[in-house]
Amino acid sequence: MSKAKTSNGLMQKLGPLFGLLLIVVIISIMSPNFLTTDNIFNVLRQVSISALIAFGMTFVILTGGIDLSVGSTLALTGAVAASLLAGGTDPFIAMGVALMLGLILGAINGVIIAKGKVAPFIATLATMTIYRGLTLVYTDGKPISGLGDHLAFQMFGKGYFFGIPVPVVTMLVTFFVLYFILRKTTFGRRVYAIGGNAEAARLSGINVDRTTIAVYALTGMLAAMAALILTSRLNSAQPTAGQSYELDAIAAVVLGGTSLTGGRGWIVGTLIGALIIGVLNNGLNLIGVSSFFQQVVKGLVILFAVLIDRKKAA
Amino acid sequence: MNMKKLSVTALLASSLLLSACSMSPNGDDKAKDTKKTDCDFKIGMSVSTLNNPFFVTLSDGAKAEAKDEKVDLTVVDAQDNASKQASDVEDLIQQDVDLIIINPTDSKAVASAVESANNANIPVITVDRVSEGGDVISHIASDNKEGGKMATAYLQEVIGEGAKVAQLEGVAGSSAATDRGAGFEEVAKKGFDVVASQTANFNRAEGLTVMENILQSNGDIKGVFAQNDEMALGAIEAIEASGKDIKVVGFDATDDGVQAVKDGKMIATIAQKPTEIGETAIETAVKSLNGEKVEKDIPIELELIKK
Repeated sequence: MSKAKTSNGLMQKLGPLFGLLLIVVIISIMSPNFLTTDNIFNVLRQVSISALIAFGMTFVILTGGIDLSVGSTLALTGAVAASLLAGGTDPFIAMGVALMLGLILGAINGVIIAKGKVAPFIATLATMTIYRGLTLVYTDGKPISGLGDHLAFQMFGKGYFFGIPVPVVTMLVTFFVLYFILRKTTFGRRVYAIGGNAEAARLSGINVDRTTIAVYALTGMLAAMAALILTSRLNSAQPTAGQSYELDAIAAVVLGGTSLTGGRGWIVGTLIGALIIGVLNNGLNLIGVSSFFQQVVKGLVILFAVLIDRKKAA
Repeated sequence: MNMKKLSVTALLASSLLLSACSMSPNGDDKAKDTKKTDCDFKIGMSVSTLNNPFFVTLSDGAKAEAKDEKVDLTVVDAQDNASKQASDVEDLIQQDVDLIIINPTDSKAVASAVESANNANIPVITVDRVSEGGDVISHIASDNKEGGKMATAYLQEVIGEGAKVAQLEGVAGSSAATDRGAGFEEVAKKGFDVVASQTANFNRAEGLTVMENILQSNGDIKGVFAQNDEMALGAIEAIEASGKDIKVVGFDATDDGVQAVKDGKMIATIAQKPTEIGETAIETAVKSLNGEKVEKDIPIELELIKK
């Protein structure tokens, strides 16, 4: 490996970080309320939900797949957790059930894709609709509230851990665990291998099906984790929760420099990508940009980031 | 040519025209069999979305009333998608219903669906949102602008004139958001200092984050008008977490909203009466099908719910 190549790769990886810093600088100049400890925690807490989903999406995209069903998985697992809590179930059991359900819903995606040989886009488009429909059936189209005030569950979304919001701690711990898995374990290397060339991975003895199923199951479980934070923060579960979250997650992954064709990318970039979207949402609000124009800005930033990425890759 | 022949020719020609190009709005449904009894009436209802408790309650009201009146009611869900609504209405026309009740997803986009019903000689009643085109025999809705005024006036009563307030807006372009916002502005213009007005798309999760962000830049507000309860409830979570004392007024009186008022978390909400809107729609439909005259505009009253 030549030295020039390494530094080129590093530059490419640092691109999103510079982008984030640039946005932070611009917004802090325009709004004095932006760079305060309080607001930074505020942004991080808002980002935690979309970041968890985007972490899972990173694994999926690294294998060359896509998961459109994460928003619906979030809604269904959130609704199940909320109804269990409302029924007086112990919060740890309710949370465990929701995480298990997320894992199963994700694994179903994986099985359809790996065993059924259905393109991930189509498979998860179908389950996105099915899971959303099941949520509506389950909730009868109405929000579930009256969750009681179990301390453990309240803490999960609203609490503080040594002054840091619990969702932020959850996000960071999850991030480090996933970073470790991706960089240091055989499983992580298999994820990259499948995305790089599934056939070569198969020939080299990797069980592609099993890895694929595990990746989607992981993504489903992370969506359920996001659901628990959202449900705790809102003190209720909405049947419409999580709509279009899959797009935010994909945007975060792409902003972070992970290639949509698979095999190339890193999870640190996804965290930065999620932060860029979160900082934009918060900052444009603080500056008082009209909500219509906010969408234009967000779209432009995504486009700009991807174009720069293209140029560098070429 | 005698008079009789002329009129027959005219009738034939017009019916031909109607079936051929059919751009002309229908006259009344004279062709309809007026001897039908109630239980033979088939009514189709296209609801904007059953993904929102308000419209679920509305359609439940309609279903209950349809059962009482012994009419056959088919409800279809447009899933907040204007083009799905257009094809839903086409499907209802194909099913040969006697009347279509439309709860538009979008006032402008629904016009073509209303026109297709008109061309098929099927009368249309709109509920909650108007149609900006086609012929509608009756429109049933609560007066959203009046509700916005009621809510804002009550907020003023509680936190006093001249206070700093924020507004959480609904989905841009929806008539509920436009009308409630207009009502808010009319009162707020004189009595409030509006420091922020942002959309949270009638969504609780967005209500939470948008409110958190507003609190970062405008922590000294005293009151919030949210254009629906979902956003109000999200805002309340943000306000509670910040430990500030900010009064919130919502709109819609959903179950959760009313509970929040009872618990003292929200000072008031405006009750639309979705059940009554649904019931009135069916009542009006049956009346009209029985040949009675119906009002063009039927306002359903609103109610301020406070502790």
